Amino acid sequence: MEVRVQNVRKEFDRFPALHDVSLDIRSGELIALLGPSGSGKTTLLRLIAGLEMPTAGKIFFGDTDASEKTVQERNIGFVFQHYALFRHMTILENVSFGLKVRPRSSRPPAGEIRRRALELLDLVQLSGLEKRYPNQLSGGQRQRVALARALAIEPAVLLLDEPFGALDAQVRRELRKWLREIHDRTGHTTVFVTHDQEEALELSDRLCVMSQGSIEQVGTPDSVYDQPTSPFVFGFIGESSELPVVVENNELWVGGRAIGVPAGDAKPGKARLFFRPHDVELIEADASLSGVVTTSRRVGGTRRVELAIGGEGQHVEVDLPFDHPAGEKSRLAFRPRRWKLFPAA
Amino acid sequence: MSTAVSTARRQGWSFRRPSVIPGFGLTLGFTLTYFSLIILIPLLALAIRSAGLGPEGFWKAATDPRVLGSLRVSFVTALIAAGVNVVFGTLIAWVLVRYRFPGRRIFDAIIDLPFALPTAVAGIALTAIYAPNGTVGWLFAPLGWRIAYTPAGIVIAMIFIGLPFVVRTIQPILEEVSHEIEEASATLGANRFQTITKVILPSLTPAILTGFALAFARGVGEYGSIIFIAGNIPFVSEIAPLLIYIRLQEFNYVGATVIATVMLLLSFALLFAINLIQAWSRRRYGYGN
Amino acid sequence: MATKLTARRHRRISPTSESRPVQWLLIGISLIFMGVILVLPLYAVFHEAFSKGIDIFLAALSEKDAQAAIRLTLLVAAIAVPLNVIFGLAASWAIAKFEFKGKAFLITLIDLPFSVSPVISGLVYVLLFGAGSFLGPWLKSYGIEVLFALPGIVLATIFVTFPFVARELIPLMQDQGTGDEEAALSLGANGWQTFFRVTLPNIKWGLLYGVLLCNARAMGEFGAVAVVSGKIRGQTTTMPLQVEMLYNEYNATAAFALASLLALLALVTLVLKSVLEWRFGEEIAAGTHE
Repeated sequence: MEVRVQNVRKEFDRFPALHDVSLDIRSGELIALLGPSGSGKTTLLRLIAGLEMPTAGKIFFGDTDASEKTVQERNIGFVFQHYALFRHMTILENVSFGLKVRPRSSRPPAGEIRRRALELLDLVQLSGLEKRYPNQLSGGQRQRVALARALAIEPAVLLLDEPFGALDAQVRRELRKWLREIHDRTGHTTVFVTHDQEEALELSDRLCVMSQGSIEQVGTPDSVYDQPTSPFVFGFIGESSELPVVVENNELWVGGRAIGVPAGDAKPGKARLFFRPHDVELIEADASLSGVVTTSRRVGGTRRVELAIGGEGQHVEVDLPFDHPAGEKSRLAFRPRRWKLFPAA
Repeated sequence: MSTAVSTARRQGWSFRRPSVIPGFGLTLGFTLTYFSLIILIPLLALAIRSAGLGPEGFWKAATDPRVLGSLRVSFVTALIAAGVNVVFGTLIAWVLVRYRFPGRRIFDAIIDLPFALPTAVAGIALTAIYAPNGTVGWLFAPLGWRIAYTPAGIVIAMIFIGLPFVVRTIQPILEEVSHEIEEASATLGANRFQTITKVILPSLTPAILTGFALAFARGVGEYGSIIFIAGNIPFVSEIAPLLIYIRLQEFNYVGATVIATVMLLLSFALLFAINLIQAWSRRRYGYGN
Repeated sequence: MATKLTARRHRRISPTSESRPVQWLLIGISLIFMGVILVLPLYAVFHEAFSKGIDIFLAALSEKDAQAAIRLTLLVAAIAVPLNVIFGLAASWAIAKFEFKGKAFLITLIDLPFSVSPVISGLVYVLLFGAGSFLGPWLKSYGIEVLFALPGIVLATIFVTFPFVARELIPLMQDQGTGDEEAALSLGANGWQTFFRVTLPNIKWGLLYGVLLCNARAMGEFGAVAVVSGKIRGQTTTMPLQVEMLYNEYNATAAFALASLLALLALVTLVLKSVLEWRFGEEIAAGTHE
């Protein structure tokens, strides 16, 4: 089922949480809503679910306008960060709940409900635990029960709110891979909220980067990483270094020196240069960025150094091979291999 | 290495875990002494007196028709009152926790009135209200219904003193019920009524049972607020605590002791049941109260 | 305008609440029930007390026996409450700051008096010090009267108010742990210094809360005291007993006048208690996070 969010605005007691957001979610895709806390990503997810109602705008499920529908009528599967399992019900009862509360006319027979619940528990690899209570399971197991419960109602859309937020790093990685597998097998349109860029990049077909109640960029992980369209996205996704520069004569200048980087079609004047610390080359040329190493530390297979550039205390980070001899106070010259220029704020 | 092992073992066997904080002997000693003098020895005196009667004598005194009558009155009225309190107490806890309305804090504070108001004061006030010429009794008098001086009056008094037990047991648990589980229930298609009856109320069950048991125990033992309104007619509206008092006035210590022992055994059984409910609830659901 | 309509619709179909009319219905039922069961009796006390005018009210209070009852009630509370405070502090220190075997059982035992009928709480002292007992006549031979005298009343009052301070402090001190005390000791404070300068300030509001409840019950106790007092007018009648006597003598106005003082005490207790809860909620109840 495709989901269309159309010019949605949401205010909480006059405080705007979302400004005029539009987003098309394709049928069968796994899309991540990524952003820092307060960016409105969870609000957007809850609006799609019907747990909140938009102040203005519409939400379509396929061709039908879902904005007027209650959460019960929307038939969505929602997985909560803290699982929200019913503690007084067994695992099996939790998973069957959504089918059991249906009106008699659309409720499957008891045997069928049980069969489907057990099947789902098998899908989430929890067979044999159906008689346990949530309290007797680990965090990762609980989250899998929550997913099975959400899938049991055969939802039009599967919505997950920071599904791995409350779990250990190790369990998170396992569940991430596993969620991808389940998605590929069941083919549900899936939206999940996360503040963890690694999770979003690894798991999603597309990601939607949000900041301060607006969507910054939507695209595949590769396109968002390689062609960020705003300083926020460049800074938020992946490692980045930023330097104020001046555009003049179709070239970039720092501290009165050309740095050997063409300005392309940028307008003359002040600008912000962004590049990835690992995407630089060391060169011995006059037209380059050069700075003095202020700190240097080894991170795994590389050495991350911080350079002070120019007289105004600008600092950037670049990665060197871990056995590079540069120590503190040595001078290094480099040029970014790939970069992005944004107008000065 | 061997020292570490032997210390660990000594810790495993010792009465208390070693601590740098002083005062364990002093405070525990005082606690136990004071407890023994004030509570334990007097209760033992009751037990010894009771045991001195022998099983036969005890049975004979305990099955005296008037004693059985008073126990029946106490237990039946306390059951009814606790039942009423569970219904309204749960509703009041719900309203106080979930809804915002003017005066909410004042009503929340007033719930504790029965804890603070001396029972004798409550007793005469309730009697004044429910007597045939009282504010409420007057409404029922033309219908031929009498509340004061009948078992109905006892129930009213027990509702008064038992209400806070139910409300105060349920309130904190209800506050803990997360909005998320209600939202989860709604996303799964449950309507509001289903969410309340299948998700929220079942998760309150241990608290409701505990509140019921506490209100019931309090009702059975209550004296001051009841004797004024009860009418105190043997076999009809004479409660067990009053019969103890009457036996004492008659210097019939044996009779008083027997009734007291029966009541104590029953309330300890209740206390035990409450502890079981809470242990069970903690084990299964991971919370208690 | 459209915005306003949407907002209203949103409130109506919020998935985790009831519609406004249902809310008001439930609020209404609750408030009527509380009004009839709780508020009406309170109102009745003051209404009856002043029904014959303020002069009769004042006369009832200044009467000799009433004055004696007030003095006795204050005296009994002044002895029983401090003793239970000392006990509460000792018990909570032992229980909260140390791990030892049988602790859970001890906590249950402390709550025991709550499940004993007040009449039985009085009865046990009658059995212990009464005519047929061993202790009573022996003490009497030294001229010490326990039953039908101040000591008996104090003992019965201590029994029924025994758990109040302790049960307030135990969870509070358990929640606070031993970190502060260990820090004080490591800085060179001795045990008493640690208690008075570190522990006591941490628990002062919880302690006050416990004292309030303990005091309200101590001044208002009826059943237990009725059994041990002998009800000697002007000597062993506390305020609640005096209320009963006046009431049974068909002197309802005087009974309600004295009762209104006790009701006032209850109101003051409730107000102070609520103020403590609102102002110092976290410092009173362990694990309460509002």
